[in-house]
Amino acid sequence: MSVIGKTAEIASSGAREYLTFRLDQEEYGIDILKVQEIRGYEPPTRIAHAPEFIKGVVNLRGTIIPIVDMRLKFNCSQAEYNSFTVVIILNLRNRVVGIVVDSVSDVMELAADNIKAAPDIESVIDNDCILGLGSVGERMLILLDIEKLMSSVDMGLVAAGG
Amino acid sequence: MGETFQEGAGADFDLSQFYQIFFEEAGENLDQMEHMLLDLDLEKADDEELNGIFRCAHSIKGGAATFGFSDVAELTHQMESLLDRLRRHELQPIPQMVDVLLESADASRSLLARHQAGAQDEPPSTAHLVKRISELAAGMVPAQDAPVMAPKPQSPPPSATIAQAAPAAPSAPAGAAGPRRLQVRIGPLDRIEQADAIKELFRDIPGLGSISDLPSDDAAARLFAVETSSTDSDLLDLFAFHVAKEQVQITAVSAGPDASSSASKPVHDDLRLDSEVATGPADEAYGFFKNAPGSPGGDAAHAIQAIEPASAVTRIAPKAATEAKAGSQAQMESTTIRVAVNKVDQLINLVGELVITQAMLAQNSLGLDSAEHQQLLAGLADLDRNTRDLQESVMSIRMIPMSIVFSRFPRMLRDLANKLGKKVDLVTLGEATELDKGLVEKITDPLTHLVRNSGDHGIEMPAERLAKGKPEHGTITLSASHQGGSIVIEVKDDGKGLSREKILSKARERGMDVSDQMSDADVWQLIFAPGFSTAEVVTDVSGRGVGMDVVKRNIAALNGTVEIDSSEGFGTKVSVRLPLTLAIMDGMSVGVDEEVYILPLSSVVESFQVNPDDVNTVAQGSQLVKVRDEYMPVIALERIFQVPRLDPQKSSTIMVVVEADGNRVALLVDELLGQHQVVVKNLESNYRKVPNVSGATILGDGRVALILDIGGLVRRARH
Repeated sequence: MSVIGKTAEIASSGAREYLTFRLDQEEYGIDILKVQEIRGYEPPTRIAHAPEFIKGVVNLRGTIIPIVDMRLKFNCSQAEYNSFTVVIILNLRNRVVGIVVDSVSDVMELAADNIKAAPDIESVIDNDCILGLGSVGERMLILLDIEKLMSSVDMGLVAAGG
Repeated sequence: MGETFQEGAGADFDLSQFYQIFFEEAGENLDQMEHMLLDLDLEKADDEELNGIFRCAHSIKGGAATFGFSDVAELTHQMESLLDRLRRHELQPIPQMVDVLLESADASRSLLARHQAGAQDEPPSTAHLVKRISELAAGMVPAQDAPVMAPKPQSPPPSATIAQAAPAAPSAPAGAAGPRRLQVRIGPLDRIEQADAIKELFRDIPGLGSISDLPSDDAAARLFAVETSSTDSDLLDLFAFHVAKEQVQITAVSAGPDASSSASKPVHDDLRLDSEVATGPADEAYGFFKNAPGSPGGDAAHAIQAIEPASAVTRIAPKAATEAKAGSQAQMESTTIRVAVNKVDQLINLVGELVITQAMLAQNSLGLDSAEHQQLLAGLADLDRNTRDLQESVMSIRMIPMSIVFSRFPRMLRDLANKLGKKVDLVTLGEATELDKGLVEKITDPLTHLVRNSGDHGIEMPAERLAKGKPEHGTITLSASHQGGSIVIEVKDDGKGLSREKILSKARERGMDVSDQMSDADVWQLIFAPGFSTAEVVTDVSGRGVGMDVVKRNIAALNGTVEIDSSEGFGTKVSVRLPLTLAIMDGMSVGVDEEVYILPLSSVVESFQVNPDDVNTVAQGSQLVKVRDEYMPVIALERIFQVPRLDPQKSSTIMVVVEADGNRVALLVDELLGQHQVVVKNLESNYRKVPNVSGATILGDGRVALILDIGGLVRRARH
């Protein structure tokens, strides 16, 4: 789907709320409706042969969920694990996934007018997974299509081809 | 029948728990059937729907036959025959069929309720229903109004003492005009409140007429005085929204003898109750009760004279009867509760969290001064004990051993063998394998079908077996085991096996796309098609070919698979493979550096401290270890799971020998941590399949540990 198509889709459904979080120097936003909860980081159980950014699996009240470190996935300069490190638990269509981020900022409402199409640039993030750029005052938010991002094959969360 | 039930209950092992399960299942099947019948579009009936209705009848019949409820089995067998012709498109469905099937479903329900209550009196006759069904099945279409206009002679109520015989209660001529005064008797009903719904009809439908209560002679029935201008059949149709037509009797009030007969009836009832008390020993009373279903015997006649005035008793006795009935029903209902598996899952997860929180609190309270915080520490100790108990109880809700499924088969097979004149031995293995209750409930029906198929089609007649040089007794082996991340349940017989030619020719007959070049496995899969049967005779045991498609469907619904292995003349083996998702398992935890892995205890053979001299390195760096003159491959967990060594001092020095599919390998680990029961969790639901791992579990401290797929590891090492 084209970026314009996606922007139009957002426009038609009016303003939406986004959870914003920080990775390194950048600020990202994801649809708040996909967020189940926010937790502190606890060391996961490592899975052999998994990509580096998949830290392993943890027990979330009896359910076993994978933990993806977005900082490693997006090649951030450093990925420290300290008491401020936060895991956002996402509830995507039929799976639950945790993502590690540097910090969670706040929840923002963005009207369609405040969202601009992202320029077509080379980056570690597939352009298809970026909904657009949101501007709030001086701040710029990179709005992610987290569902699409997490289900892409190179995330290694789903078996290739299936 | 009453006697059969009695005998069954007194048999060597306790079948009563299975009766309960059967009654619940049959109830569900009846509900489902009723639902589907009501939804059925007669004009263009869907094959899938007809198959579904048919399967319901088939399941009830199978269960009823297993438990010896021959009246239910007979009725459902007739229903099944009719439905079978319908789904084969030999007959066109008509409304009368739906009517009679619904009525039969109701009749089955009341028969089952009788068995459930352990009733000993004569069962209500179902002959009229059987007759109507067989007429319909034969393609005869009875007159539209027949079932409506003559409900009375067809179905005498179970308490057959009533004198309101059909001739005394002529139906009003159709289209009768002007208000008529009627007496309407509703019953016997399981839930008397249903009758009250009738009254609402009169309130809700303008112009229908008026209704008022009359004192009822029977605790399970209601009498109403009705004034209406509608015809009897119209009334019956209306009442049918709430109660079955057989349970409604309409009598014109002018029918004089009626009053006296209904007045005389309570006396009989009371006497029976009274004499039961008076004669002392329950057995005698029971005998009397049983021998006098209708015409009161001599004792009763005496008693009539003895107890005067009868009216005094009339007031008390029905109440006592109601209470007795309510009591037995309450008891029946409180023995089990059916709960959705996901509710139990949720409970188990929550308790798991509670245990972890409790462990954390216990850890944090260690440093506290016991004098200063005495109350807090006492509270924590209580919490510890209660959480443990809670966890145990919650876990036990879900897990039950396979023996509970297996133990229903000896009786079933014995009856089956007697019926067919065969000699069959049943061997069960792995009865202690624990299985999730949800799985057990769902696997029971398919297994019953499989065992019945083995007994009916697999095992030959004794003479035939002797002629083939086999032992006279056929053997059916049921086994359950954990295997390579699954639970495998096998039903194996040493009977005649499947005939490739027969299956292929049957498939061609049915217009299925087959060829002679198909592999055996593919040919065996054909028998899972709906309606596929190669049996020469359709017995009331099996042979309609309904079993296998149900089996496959039910097992597929559990994410399981069914495989058939057969050799003509030597027997058939059906393997049902179910995922471990819900299962619990005895595990052995092993440590590699900081990481913990779980081995299924059932696959562990032995463990020992390794002596470097015993390990030989062969080509391409793979290692072999010699254990008591046997060489086996060595798999270092450190290597295949790429465990990062935090502590370079540590190294793997312990070998755990594991076995899968008859092959052994030695796993090299750092330390053995312990044995415990683990609940197997699925990794794939949120992540993906991981090589050499069959699942994961949550340790006492809340961490996740991976469970090794021993089957996969062994295959990897042996290739």
